[in-house]
Amino acid sequence: MARSYLPPEYIVDINRDKCRRCGLCVRGCGFSVLKWAHTDWQEKMGTFKDGQDDLGVVYQRIVETTPDYIVADSSLCRQCHYCVSHCPEGAINVIKNPVAYRANEHWAAHHMRNIWLQAETGGVLLTGSGNDKAYFSYFDHMVLDACQVTNPSIDPLREPMELRSFLGERPDGLEFERTPEGQVRLKTQLPPHVQLETPIIFPAMSYGAISLNVQKAFAMAAKASGTLMNTGEGGMHQDLYPYADHMIVQVASGRFGVNPGYLRRGRIAEIKIGQGAKPGIGGHLPGEKVDSGVSQTRMIPIGSDAISPAPHHDIYSIEDLAQLIYALKEATEYIKPVSVKISAVHNVAAIASGIARAGADIITIDGFRGGTGAAPLIIRDHVGIPIEVALATVDERLRREGIRNRVSIVASGGIRHSGDVAKAIALGADAVAIGTAALIALGCHVCQSCFTGNCSWGIATQRPELTARQDPERGAELLTNLLRGWSRELKEILGALGLNSIESLRGSRLRLRGVGLSKQELDLLGIKPAGEGA
Amino acid sequence: MREGMVRIPSGCAISAIMNVKGIRFNGEAIIRSITCMHERSNGLGGGFAAYGIYPRFRDLYALHLLYESDRGRIDAESFIKDNFVVEHSESIPTRPVVSITDPPMFYRYFVSVRPDSLDALRGEDEAELLVRATMTVNNCIRDAFMVSAGKNMGVFKGVGFPEDIARFFRLEEYEGYLWTAHGRFPTNTPGWWGGAHPFGILDWTVVHNGEVSSYGINKRYLEMFGYHLTLQTDTEVVAYLFDLLHRRQKVPLNLVARALASPFWKDIDRMPEEERAMYKAIRMVYGPAMLNGPFSIIVAFNGGMMGLNDRIKLRPLSCGKKDDFVLMGSEESAIRSIVGDLDEVWDVRAGEMALVQLEEGGVAVG
Amino acid sequence: MLRLDAAGVHYRELNRMIKAAARDGETEIILDNINGQRYIGTGMEEDVLIRINGVPGNDLAAFMSGPTIHVYGNAQDGVANTMNAGTVVIGGNAGDVLGYGMRGGKVFVRGKVGYRVGIHMKQYQNLVPLLVVGGTAGKFFGEYMAGGILVVLGLGRKPGEPITDDYLATGMHGGVIYLRGEVDEHRLGAEPRVFELDDQDHALLDPIIKEYCRYFDTDPARVKDRPFVKLMPYSHRPYGRLYAF
Repeated sequence: MARSYLPPEYIVDINRDKCRRCGLCVRGCGFSVLKWAHTDWQEKMGTFKDGQDDLGVVYQRIVETTPDYIVADSSLCRQCHYCVSHCPEGAINVIKNPVAYRANEHWAAHHMRNIWLQAETGGVLLTGSGNDKAYFSYFDHMVLDACQVTNPSIDPLREPMELRSFLGERPDGLEFERTPEGQVRLKTQLPPHVQLETPIIFPAMSYGAISLNVQKAFAMAAKASGTLMNTGEGGMHQDLYPYADHMIVQVASGRFGVNPGYLRRGRIAEIKIGQGAKPGIGGHLPGEKVDSGVSQTRMIPIGSDAISPAPHHDIYSIEDLAQLIYALKEATEYIKPVSVKISAVHNVAAIASGIARAGADIITIDGFRGGTGAAPLIIRDHVGIPIEVALATVDERLRREGIRNRVSIVASGGIRHSGDVAKAIALGADAVAIGTAALIALGCHVCQSCFTGNCSWGIATQRPELTARQDPERGAELLTNLLRGWSRELKEILGALGLNSIESLRGSRLRLRGVGLSKQELDLLGIKPAGEGA
Repeated sequence: MREGMVRIPSGCAISAIMNVKGIRFNGEAIIRSITCMHERSNGLGGGFAAYGIYPRFRDLYALHLLYESDRGRIDAESFIKDNFVVEHSESIPTRPVVSITDPPMFYRYFVSVRPDSLDALRGEDEAELLVRATMTVNNCIRDAFMVSAGKNMGVFKGVGFPEDIARFFRLEEYEGYLWTAHGRFPTNTPGWWGGAHPFGILDWTVVHNGEVSSYGINKRYLEMFGYHLTLQTDTEVVAYLFDLLHRRQKVPLNLVARALASPFWKDIDRMPEEERAMYKAIRMVYGPAMLNGPFSIIVAFNGGMMGLNDRIKLRPLSCGKKDDFVLMGSEESAIRSIVGDLDEVWDVRAGEMALVQLEEGGVAVG
Repeated sequence: MLRLDAAGVHYRELNRMIKAAARDGETEIILDNINGQRYIGTGMEEDVLIRINGVPGNDLAAFMSGPTIHVYGNAQDGVANTMNAGTVVIGGNAGDVLGYGMRGGKVFVRGKVGYRVGIHMKQYQNLVPLLVVGGTAGKFFGEYMAGGILVVLGLGRKPGEPITDDYLATGMHGGVIYLRGEVDEHRLGAEPRVFELDDQDHALLDPIIKEYCRYFDTDPARVKDRPFVKLMPYSHRPYGRLYAF
């Protein structure tokens, strides 16, 4: 085999003075970067061994005279830091390979690396997680307001501060009637809806893409926090049934694990049209990941590839979407909201309007920073638009058409902190979904290698020795803490804004200002520039 | 720069007095009460709403208009004649007041709706026609502004301290059974008479103290239902919310109050099943209409008034009762400046309303 | 003794006269026909008794440090704002935000008080503020309380009427609140805890009750006809675990 042009991007540096040779890192690395030196030699010897017994003797002598130690094959390292985080002696560091390419603003190192890789393999570049390119962030160019004098800020620690939110259709108005006893009571029957104690939910991540233990952590945290998780398109494992009331069950183009019980069990049924990381692209769970658990949950044979087609082959047009929406409503007796998830693309406002008119109760819009278990890199990094503008234009379009109440909007795709949450809500989101942030809470270091199935953190893998690293109870605690911390921060933000309820921020774009945005961008976002008063 | 081009935060004083038997009395009392709270306004806005003042034309809509040029008057009058039968019109009598400079012209028209205009509405009622006419005048006719458009009532307002505005409009010469007043403390100089308060739509008038922090979404919510908010004031928002919820959607008044100053979830969660479902629905559906932040408001209409306080009572509102009179004010002293020996005095609690209506005689709280 | 008719007198003129008289050594000033005049006693440090007939305006006795004020009627909002020393006795009800940030002195109210009363009351060295409410109190009573003594007697309550409204002592991290009668758990903020009174409490409370009864001609036996409870914070740093750093 010809020598690769690809130098390692990062170097695993083991401090031999600190290392006590416990071997934890060797067992820990899902990508087999770290090895015992003796084993490594043995393997390398093996490649030259044919008929050369004397080499074996040489090897035997070295092993006998040299104490074993740990070596690293940096070319395999995905920079997930599992070894760094777990080395009891702090002996491991991962540093960027200082190999200096000739400075070039156009031909960056990663372009060259990808070309070498494709030249050597002829493959489509595969990646995981979300778009990591230096696109302009609208979140980072919007700032929130606060009260001074003319209206008071509110103290969120002492005074009531409400984050309770709802997903589902709302009527434009309510009707009341008088009972024979003269009491006023509600006459309107409300459409199905779901109550959230905080406007943050966990988005679709399938069992298959992530481990069952991680799904369990999401389920427990969703229940503890009064919010929702999403099965993704991999069905619902029976261990999650107790949490089904806090789960969105997804129906994607592969229809894995979808049966009447699945639909009825969930709190919301969601049709997945697209996701922000790969708009217009299907999915492919390789057969190696389809073990007995995944097989059972997805209802496919063990070892069979699980292929999600790019489109739903029963939806080639908007009226077909309406047909599927009502098929799901029929199957769930019209007592559950139906969500439609789309990626944020250029014409997202018109598409969302069509989805609302097609009968969806919730529209989930996933921006181009949204994560994925596996996607072609070119799609992930070059297709779709930022969630901020998508959300702003959808909310405004639905309002102009007078149909904003027909649907709730869930925004996702690159939400990093509660400030992003508050800004998304001010732009008009009913709730946001946080995928990457939630995985980071569980240890994910955004190494973008989810598709390898070797996730050392036990998140994006089905290898039992790795998935065992995710304790669902501990995971649920971490996720619950994260939601509590963000919710507290949202309350701080609301208090500063002089509001004590999240619905008074929702869509209140007067409380946002743009910094360094063009007139046209400000108009699209529906906000004023910083410095302009009310 | 004038009202509507920017949003001007204001602090304020409000007061109201009503005779529940409908006996009419002149403007002296309300003037005395709002004058008592002189410190709460800064001379940049004052106004009054008076009910029962036009018994001669009680069945006609009394249109109060403000004109800043003859052109405005000619355009507005031609619009009025196109849509209404004008039974009587006149300029609103005023007197010169030293502190008041450069006032606009004020006219009033007592009108009925032309039958053919109503036909064109295809089933909508007269009220809708009046609302649309008001919006047309205020949005489309330059130099003209519809100050009020209800039956047997009128709004008198302008730039100045409320007591000076009262003398300017000779309010001591009018007799009504219900009066509300507003003294304004805007944070900069609007200098436009139309922007003063009360703000009215049909016979609904609103006086308001405080600045709501949810204005942004309240406005967008109303816009979804076709309202054009030209003044950028909370008062305008409150008036339109009452119009939308009560007139158009027929939500009972006490529940409109609950939608605008909703109970907290912790309290809703403790309610009995049916009530809980109702309040949950109110918050789900009318969440964007909720007024969040400090306010006390008095909404007046033909036949009654209601005082409402925000959810955590960030602005004051006192009520008093003496014989057939019910009084409200930002300060107890404002009430006592009218009647010293009240039978009863109380403060409106957070998120609750004091509804006072004609004839039925009593005061319903809550 | 100085007697002033305040009818129609602007507060600035009125307060100028009051302050001048006190500076000249006047020990008792009676104000008749008061209605809405603000800032009476505000910022005053003289040892003078001011009797008020009528309803004084907002910020009565703000920053006050010495005088004694008796109000024969109701008081409006903002009484005893950041008060340091002296006594305020109100014969009727008082409005919202009474005793905000009060650091010393005493306030006695015969009737009800409004919202946010006694909030952020604090004590420092020998300054221990005391606020006694004869009737009931509105929401957020004793919010952020950091020191001093709050007493609510709840006299003349209707059956079922709570002694205070919701969010009682929310954020309390110092001081003590005595309530005559039970407290509904759901009205209580997260920070205070409910205790029974011990001998020390009674020794502290008895003279306070006597003083209240003396001002308002009430029988101490009637006040003590039902047991009190005591609210104290469980921590001086209730938010110690709120932050991450």
